[in-house]
Amino acid sequence: MPGCGFARQQEKAIEPESNTAADHALVPGSISVKRQGFSLASVLAPVGVATGVLAAWYVLSHFHVFPESAFPTPGQVVEGFLEKCRHGEIVDDVIASLYRVVFGFVLAVTLGIPLGLWMGTRPKIRMALLPAVNFFRSLSPLAWIPFAIMWLGIGDRPSIFLIFMTAFFPIVLSTCAAVAQIPNVYFRVARDFDFGGVELLLHVTLPAIMPQVITSLRVTAGLSWVVVVAAEMIAGRDGLGFLIWDARNLLRPDLVVVGMVIIGCIGVVLDRLISQLTRIPSIRWGYDK
Amino acid sequence: MTNSLIELQSVSRSYHGVAALEGLTFRVEPGEFVAVVGPSGCGKTTLLNLLSGCDIPTSGRIERRGSVRMVYQHDGLFPWLTAGQNIDLALRKLVSAQDRKSQRQALLNLIGLEGFADHYPHQLSGGMRQRVELARALAGETDLLLMDEPFSALDYLTRLRMRDELARLLHERPRTVVLVTHDIEEAAQLADRVIVMSGRPGRIICEHSLSLARPRELTDPEVTHAVQTILSELGLGMQRSENDRTDEETK
Repeated sequence: MPGCGFARQQEKAIEPESNTAADHALVPGSISVKRQGFSLASVLAPVGVATGVLAAWYVLSHFHVFPESAFPTPGQVVEGFLEKCRHGEIVDDVIASLYRVVFGFVLAVTLGIPLGLWMGTRPKIRMALLPAVNFFRSLSPLAWIPFAIMWLGIGDRPSIFLIFMTAFFPIVLSTCAAVAQIPNVYFRVARDFDFGGVELLLHVTLPAIMPQVITSLRVTAGLSWVVVVAAEMIAGRDGLGFLIWDARNLLRPDLVVVGMVIIGCIGVVLDRLISQLTRIPSIRWGYDK
Repeated sequence: MTNSLIELQSVSRSYHGVAALEGLTFRVEPGEFVAVVGPSGCGKTTLLNLLSGCDIPTSGRIERRGSVRMVYQHDGLFPWLTAGQNIDLALRKLVSAQDRKSQRQALLNLIGLEGFADHYPHQLSGGMRQRVELARALAGETDLLLMDEPFSALDYLTRLRMRDELARLLHERPRTVVLVTHDIEEAAQLADRVIVMSGRPGRIICEHSLSLARPRELTDPEVTHAVQTILSELGLGMQRSENDRTDEETK
């Protein structure tokens, strides 16, 4: 259901604050989460667009608008894909890229969220670290490529490092900002019920920022998937980025497109997977407002 | 010397030299329902912060005994917990899981939301959320409830219904209450004593006691009369003769 989340937000925005008449009349089970059903249009429209893009591609290649050597036909790409599949190396490339992204991303999350929480809850720490975090956040992770290679060589490690640099700083910043935006009333309620220290962090602060953190994870996971391709082109000997770079060196534009299609598809799947987190009941509230 | 739950002795609070509250003196006795009304900016929030211990007075003395719990305007429930789990927060000092479960169920029955234990706040209406909030505040042993305009985020009819609900709940589980509100009707219908405050800096203009037993109807003569008197105190109602006033007002 592409775009469904946004539509739901808008729906909710025009609803009145509370429903008086139904207040007492409501019976359990009568409250249902609103959902957009699968309408025919929601399936047909994207398929139509895809068909249109494919048709344009076919026409462009059929009439040789671009030189044949630099513009593969859909047929060539399918053949290239089958060729890659026969050798089985495409699976290895996908696994190599996914491994790097998952490793670097998980590292960034496990270090970034605690640092963001620390900065968010301690004004002095925030004051000290925020400019530095902002600086590195503004720096394209690709600028680290020279050092990544000089320090870590070629292979998994420089790519993991670059993914970490991509995801870490935005995660720190958004976690920190989310903590600062927690309504004060939650902390007062927590005080009334004697929450403090680690308990306060785990039972109040963390759940209160989860919706925003997950939004940030979606964005940074997408960024990481974009960056891994560039990292592998220069600092890799395998992976999807290397596949594209290698195909270009072999003058095989059809294989370049194979790589592009696979990267795009996996990116969409990754995003869908992370967006599933927003369906967790204890997190949904952040998106239904 | 007394067993009042709260005692204020000429309490003032100013922020950066600007007075928010000036010379407040009053007491709250156990079992009493005290309402504080006043125009916006009369320092109601400041007063609640002082009463709950979140803030300390610039001058004067506050004494407080017993445990305090606050009921907030809205969104006091944790949205990541279900209604049942929110009520459990107030019961977490209970050691036995069995006790917690039975108390939680009793509270949900009390507010008429038996089947809604597993609903999240965002799946409930404003009135239902506020009822869960009341249940949570009434859970366990609390001496004093502080209410910060608890029904102000609700529409008028729901607000009327919630007043009855609150009166009923307090009948079932008596508590000492300080209700801060800008709704004079609400104050007069619910409270034993209404403290009327002036605009900034907040001072006590007068106090009204209502003798009629709770729960009361909004249309009870004593309630409507108190509303009238308070309105005129605040310079809002029809001016009435001095004579009339001294007759019926109990200070």
